Amino acid sequence: MIAVEHLSKRYGRHAAVEDVSFVCEPGTVTGFLGPNGAGKSTTMRMICGLTPPSSGGATVCGVGYRHLPNPGRQVGVLLDAAAQHAGRTGREALTLSAQLIGVDRRAVEEKLDLVGLNAVAAKRRVRAYSLGMRQRLGLAQALLGDPRVLILDEPANGLDPEGIYWMRGLLREFADRGGTVLLSSHLLREVEAVADQLVVIGRGRVVARGSKRELLAGAGTLVRARDPQTLAGALRRAGLAVTAATDGALTVPADAGAVGQVAADAGVALLELRPAGGGGLEQMFLTLTAGDSVKEAVR
Amino acid sequence: MTTTTTARAGAPRMAPPSLVRLTGVELRKLADTRAGYWLLITIGLLAAAIATVQLVVPDARARSFADFFSASLLPVGVLLPVLGILSVTSEWSQRTTLTTFALVPRRHRVVLAKLAAGTVAGVASVGISLAVAAAGTVIGNVAGGDVSWSFEAAAIGHAAVLQATGVLTGLAFGMLLLHTPLAVVLYFLLPTVWGLLGDMIPALRAPAQWLDTGVTLMPLATPDVTAGQWARVAVSLAVWMLAPLLAGVVRVVRAEVC
Repeated sequence: MIAVEHLSKRYGRHAAVEDVSFVCEPGTVTGFLGPNGAGKSTTMRMICGLTPPSSGGATVCGVGYRHLPNPGRQVGVLLDAAAQHAGRTGREALTLSAQLIGVDRRAVEEKLDLVGLNAVAAKRRVRAYSLGMRQRLGLAQALLGDPRVLILDEPANGLDPEGIYWMRGLLREFADRGGTVLLSSHLLREVEAVADQLVVIGRGRVVARGSKRELLAGAGTLVRARDPQTLAGALRRAGLAVTAATDGALTVPADAGAVGQVAADAGVALLELRPAGGGGLEQMFLTLTAGDSVKEAVR
Repeated sequence: MTTTTTARAGAPRMAPPSLVRLTGVELRKLADTRAGYWLLITIGLLAAAIATVQLVVPDARARSFADFFSASLLPVGVLLPVLGILSVTSEWSQRTTLTTFALVPRRHRVVLAKLAAGTVAGVASVGISLAVAAAGTVIGNVAGGDVSWSFEAAAIGHAAVLQATGVLTGLAFGMLLLHTPLAVVLYFLLPTVWGLLGDMIPALRAPAQWLDTGVTLMPLATPDVTAGQWARVAVSLAVWMLAPLLAGVVRVVRAEVC
């Protein structure tokens, strides 16, 4: 289990992470969502004792990460798949970690096999690895000590669709066996498919937190009209918040009955009216974090 | 694909890795990358090359085992600090610190292991110098020369101090600067500049006798080191090795890793 309490990190006057709190329970996959630069990686580095927090703290398995006697046997960490020595072979990188945390050399072959790096790949130097292969190597490294907790930063980056599907299965199974998984992503679809808990972060702050079901249920109704502008105006006059997508669909945080009534009163013909469902989270994500990425790029 | 990712509950495997284990890992890291591997090969080849010169070139001809031994210390001693520097800076440039410090969050233990591994490597290099000297002596005699086996065992201890402190100084510069080119350049440049200044400025001549490692460490390549010379070794190493080492350890332990 992972508990994050009021974690903050300031660089000068810039607050990279501000008062972030959440808990990851055993048996669950927690998706840590946010646009680039929102503070996901900084938060995860603080959890793993690599970045000292400005205030607040985090515990893993009940103690601060730095107080875990042999963390590799309790927590599997993959913070950046690119952070491997380019001049080392994949097998050598794993062998070093195995020696460090005191697991049998057989575990190296076992994990290489598990993540789908064959003998040829294991013999090659990491310099020649694609990002997807580095992710697989990093995942093998994280799993090496048979931990009960996994902390993975953007593990799907660079994986092909088959690899992403495979990894979802692996993480799901890990959690179903009682493990705790925290994984970050800026790709909503990736997290939505595997997580049962969500923590959404924007500009260093938690903007939404809860079970996926709760957050999806709160996503409201999706409505499409022949004349979306008139409908949007009518909905706003009725006191409802409207989020417009580029394809003309509107997402409204109200049930279908209320939205249909507003449309009927305004005399607008509807093309589609349904619960926002899977797409709702995407709307929420875009709304909650709107403009962050742009600001990040411009800054 | 079936998985074996078990999330086992509590197990008797929580003991932190011992310093011996950590040192073993650090020693392995010195040789398991392409750069590290070739650096070690180069050190060995340089020692062999010097011995060859001493066999072939009349003016440089070695007359004893001791000649071969002391001559091999210099080329080896030039590259050993680079081994020390790379041991630290390659982890930062390749960002393997993310893994290292995630697995061993008590960073001072990693630092201790690196210092221990560096010391082992420095002392082990003396073994290479001995082997090269032995080979040189045998070949010299077989080739019809008259090379004596005369050698004073005290030279081995002095050489071990010289080479081990060389690696440790490299580690210190590496930890202080955390940047390969900067650490390598400064490591070679600072003592040279200091030596030049000592030659040029009369007021610096006296302190240079105590602080210029190019001068103070020279006696360590011989079997005879006086108490006064040991004092100069100690003072110069305190400035060039110990001070950057302490500052470097503080930096590494506190640094944000990303």
